[in-house]
Amino acid sequence: MKNKIIQNAAFSLIGLSMVVTLLFLAGIIYFIASRGLPAISWEFITEIPRDAMTCGGIAPAIVGTIYLTLGAVLFAFPIGVACAVYLQEYSPKSHFVNIIRIGVNNLAGVPSVVFGLFGLAVFVKFFGFGVSILSGSLTLGILILPGIISASQEALMAVPISFREASLAMGATQWQTIYKITLPAALPGILTGIIISIGRAAGETAPILFTAATFYKREYPNSIMSEVMALPYHIYALMTEGLQPEKQTAIAYACALILIILVGIISSSAIIIRNKYRSGYVR
Amino acid sequence: MCAEQTTIKISKLDFYYDKFKALKNINLNIYNNKVTALIGPSGCGKSTLIRMFNRMSDLVPKTRAEGSILLDGENILEPSLDVVKLRRKVGMVFQKPNPFPKTIYQNIAYGLEINGNKNRESIRYKVEDALRKAALWDDVKDRLHQSALGMSGGQQQRLCIARALAVEPKVILFDEPCASLDPISTAKIEELILELKKNYTIVIVTHNMQQAARTSDYTAFMYLGELVEFGKTDKIFTVPQEKKTEEYLSGKFG
Repeated sequence: MKNKIIQNAAFSLIGLSMVVTLLFLAGIIYFIASRGLPAISWEFITEIPRDAMTCGGIAPAIVGTIYLTLGAVLFAFPIGVACAVYLQEYSPKSHFVNIIRIGVNNLAGVPSVVFGLFGLAVFVKFFGFGVSILSGSLTLGILILPGIISASQEALMAVPISFREASLAMGATQWQTIYKITLPAALPGILTGIIISIGRAAGETAPILFTAATFYKREYPNSIMSEVMALPYHIYALMTEGLQPEKQTAIAYACALILIILVGIISSSAIIIRNKYRSGYVR
Repeated sequence: MCAEQTTIKISKLDFYYDKFKALKNINLNIYNNKVTALIGPSGCGKSTLIRMFNRMSDLVPKTRAEGSILLDGENILEPSLDVVKLRRKVGMVFQKPNPFPKTIYQNIAYGLEINGNKNRESIRYKVEDALRKAALWDDVKDRLHQSALGMSGGQQQRLCIARALAVEPKVILFDEPCASLDPISTAKIEELILELKKNYTIVIVTHNMQQAARTSDYTAFMYLGELVEFGKTDKIFTVPQEKKTEEYLSGKFG
């Protein structure tokens, strides 16, 4: 009887936590949607800004965020997965590798503004890429790298040893085993890491502050060396600069809503790919 | 016994896991086209020994071997040996069925592809051939392109055997192949082993003494890392020479 009461209490608490979490999530979305929706129109998402940001649309910022996010993922995905494969499959289990692991995990905890400064010093100045999509993508890429490495390593670790043994015992080389058996089996887990990284890269402001973003640009970027508008920085600028705070605040909420929707769209396409690979077996 | 051709000749073999000596001075011959069973209580070294025949023992760090294992006159313990070539000659079936999370067809085609076979027609022919040899073709011919994970445990294990056969090995190692199977699936695997010995040399590790008696021509009884007794299976099971063997076979310990 007593155990039953404890069980019921535990379940109620767990359920309550879930309700609280959902309430916050719903609250945030309702709050942003209710303030942002009125400003959103077809014109808002397809046109370039006019009149010091108070009129027209935010299309260049949407495009800029997509470029920066895709650039970051294109850079960090291959390097991150390769690094995880090395750490998990190739490297001998030594102290050196442990130190690298700890280093990678610590890198994940470095504040994003520090990455921004690093990007400014290395990509913008040292390599001379200037304030550009390239510099911003690389900086965001480095920011999401530790997350991709950790997620990929977890995913590789979860692949049963028996798959590797079976492949090696058939006379496969270690590389064939990794490329054809281990990596495909780990892919759903790796893609989960990518999905989380996409959200992070699209939403970060500090890393692109000095490396890629500009507040007001009346045209679309025409090469990877152009400066771009980007949604998170645009929101920040709307709330801190300019002469018409009333109008700008409404636009900022609309931008926030667009950013959430954009991340949702990019993530769900990654989720669709992942589910395809999860459906029992891989090609 | 002298008339048999030796496929694998093990001489003065010692094996260490770091400081622990897992195999002590093993001398043993594995004969061509015969089934040799390795039996003994847990921890006796039989799985360690079978995993040396295809150098899967390499996967454990900090191990060391002394002595020699000759396969076709070549010492497979040589560090310079190409383990990939060795493993194509010595296939293995594991304790738990471990098909890849791919289709039935791809599970077998994989072994051919990694060997450089790019001819689709030839792959298709060899996949069918391997499935027939593993007595699985009639069960799966209509669902070759479905996931191998949807098969029963016994079918999965026969798929693993087919997969090993497709690489055309000379020796097949079975490491407790029926440990996780029901009696009916076990009977099918045993039947298959008897069929396969016409063309392959087979080594089987088993905890099941009846299985060793039913399937093998020769039996090696191991205890605490030593080879206690080796001989024809009917002799070992009826008139064991060593007291330890008799005690184990009669169930006094195990």
